[in-house]
Amino acid sequence: MMILSGDRPRSRILSVLLLVIVVALAVTPFVFPGAKAMNVATKICIFAALVASYDLLLGYTGTVSFAHTMFFGIGSYAVAIALYAIGPSWGAVAAGLAIGLPLAALLALGIGLFSLRVEAIFFAMITLAVASAFLVLASQLSWLTGGEDGRSFTLPELLRPGTVFIPKNVLGTAITGRTLTYYIVLVGSAAMILGLLRVVNSPFGRVLQAIRENRFRAEALGFRTVFHLTYANCLAAVVAASAGALNALWLRYTGPDTTLSFAIMLDILLMVVIGGMGTIYGAVVGAAVFILAENYLQSLMGAASTAAADAGLPLLPGLLHPDRWLLWLGLLFIASVYFFPTGIVGRLREMARPQAEG
Amino acid sequence: MTSTLETSNLTIRFGGHVAVNKVSCTFRPGELTAIVGPNGAGKTTYFNLISGQLRASEGRVLFDGTDLTKQSAPQRTRAGLGRAFQLTNLFPNLSVAENVRLAVQAHRGVHYDMLRPWMVRRDLIERADAILDSVALSSRRDVAATALSHGDQRKLEVALMMALEPKVFMFDEPTAGMSVDEVPVVLDLISKLKQDSSKIILLVEHKMDVVRSLADRIIVLHNGQLVADGKPEEVIASPIVQEAYLGIAPGRSAA
Ligand SMILES: Nc1ncnc2c1ncn2[C@@H]1O[C@H](COP(=O)(O)OP(=O)(O)OP(=O)(O)O)[C@@H](O)[C@H]1O
Ligand SMILES: [Mg+2]
Repeated sequence: MMILSGDRPRSRILSVLLLVIVVALAVTPFVFPGAKAMNVATKICIFAALVASYDLLLGYTGTVSFAHTMFFGIGSYAVAIALYAIGPSWGAVAAGLAIGLPLAALLALGIGLFSLRVEAIFFAMITLAVASAFLVLASQLSWLTGGEDGRSFTLPELLRPGTVFIPKNVLGTAITGRTLTYYIVLVGSAAMILGLLRVVNSPFGRVLQAIRENRFRAEALGFRTVFHLTYANCLAAVVAASAGALNALWLRYTGPDTTLSFAIMLDILLMVVIGGMGTIYGAVVGAAVFILAENYLQSLMGAASTAAADAGLPLLPGLLHPDRWLLWLGLLFIASVYFFPTGIVGRLREMARPQAEG
Repeated sequence: MTSTLETSNLTIRFGGHVAVNKVSCTFRPGELTAIVGPNGAGKTTYFNLISGQLRASEGRVLFDGTDLTKQSAPQRTRAGLGRAFQLTNLFPNLSVAENVRLAVQAHRGVHYDMLRPWMVRRDLIERADAILDSVALSSRRDVAATALSHGDQRKLEVALMMALEPKVFMFDEPTAGMSVDEVPVVLDLISKLKQDSSKIILLVEHKMDVVRSLADRIIVLHNGQLVADGKPEEVIASPIVQEAYLGIAPGRSAA
């Protein structure tokens, strides 16, 4: 069990749930080869990693950052700009990573050393300010970033949808560059999540939890907490940037709306809370539940609405109309936070514990 | 005579209030110094100045020949100053064993290792268990610190300091609020520490019988000032203590 760093799901239902998610994601290209299903599955992979890296900060150290989408964007833009400028080659992808990841780490280091010395609220404000500035910068520097339109680019040949490795015959689906890209995203995200699981269960990760619990005492034990918090911030930034790079490869496009917007920051927050903070597994569950709801609630409601109308029920067809899906999504979130304050993972683990301490 | 702890003219002001006022004192290895004085005398503040939780307005803290005055609390801990807090100060939602294991980890210098799972360091876990045993907390090792009784929390507080294996032990009313049967564990522990002649022990304590049985020396703080310093019998007999301290908390075991 060392691949999980000794931190097992600790709930049978959770184990099954995780297994279902992982298996479903692994077989998606063959079982649900449609464009929409593939997009949803990819988004789940990327956001699971992105949210897990946010959990390292929020759940394990207790620091609130609003700059996570900025780091996501840095990775995304770096790969996009490199592929756009250099042309479709693996060298360009490597160049994008070689610039984007260290840039994210350096920025996180600067923000951390500058603002993690003092109270947590200061860090939150600084990240908000820096992220806003970055968003403005990315929209203004059109010559570099493509401004509001973003940058579209061509992928290296191996990753292109037109590249066919095995023509339509395996279960009726062709294996193309798109399939390969999907598995790169899947394996990359999984590696990041397992890596984060290792970090939070390492001696270093244990210090992070100690800081969350009582920073004053952690200092009194001799831990220089600024450095622990700053390293965690850098690590989270690098993972977020890597997730951003994967996102760019999948979309073949990077723009402010797909990476930097505060709507995405809000989504990340919701996913980590719904899944369960301070668990890493919560990121996987939260991302899966949120993104599935976001994508399929509408069609589900459409079906329910028509069914209700056919059955001649009053009021319901209007309430369930697909245009109201955001309302229902909101209600779903309020309900989940209210009933599962420790998130889905926290709740499942509570249920699995033999009995509470007497 | 290098490894002494010395404060010279140590002073801190909170606004106009001088909580610790020009306290100069030297503590030597092998000596247990009791620090007494009425509530609000500045005893805890004096500790905070020594261990770095507060920065001095004036004066210096010297240890082992180095000036610690400008150093942060973590640096002073690494230099060998250990502290058990008066107001229990733990990691509330972590287990008792994990509280101590973290202190052991800090002491062994395992600060940034992020590539191995923590369980791989069996040595840290075993050392933590041994310390828990010495304060009679083994049976509670898997309970969250916050679920402990007050007395057990005080013991855990002491255990964290023991795990740091410091050269200077600072106990701030270690037995306050403990039930009668819990007190001996802590007192035995302090007695055992005393046998090691390389350790400096500072003990803030209100219970005069405890002070009498353990102290080699007593200093008295009053309104932030050092007003008496000497052998226990002398200090206890001095008029200033009789008035300033024992007047408030009369020692019932005076005979
Ligand atoms: N951070 C602070 N800000 C302002 N005043 C403080 C602060 N810390 C301590 N004081 C004041 O300094 C004085 C000394 O307090 P201190 O806690 O050191 O007393 P003490 O001798 O430990 O008392 P006790 O026996 O009750 O523990 C008190 O008047 C207290 O109000
Ligand atoms: Mg005090």
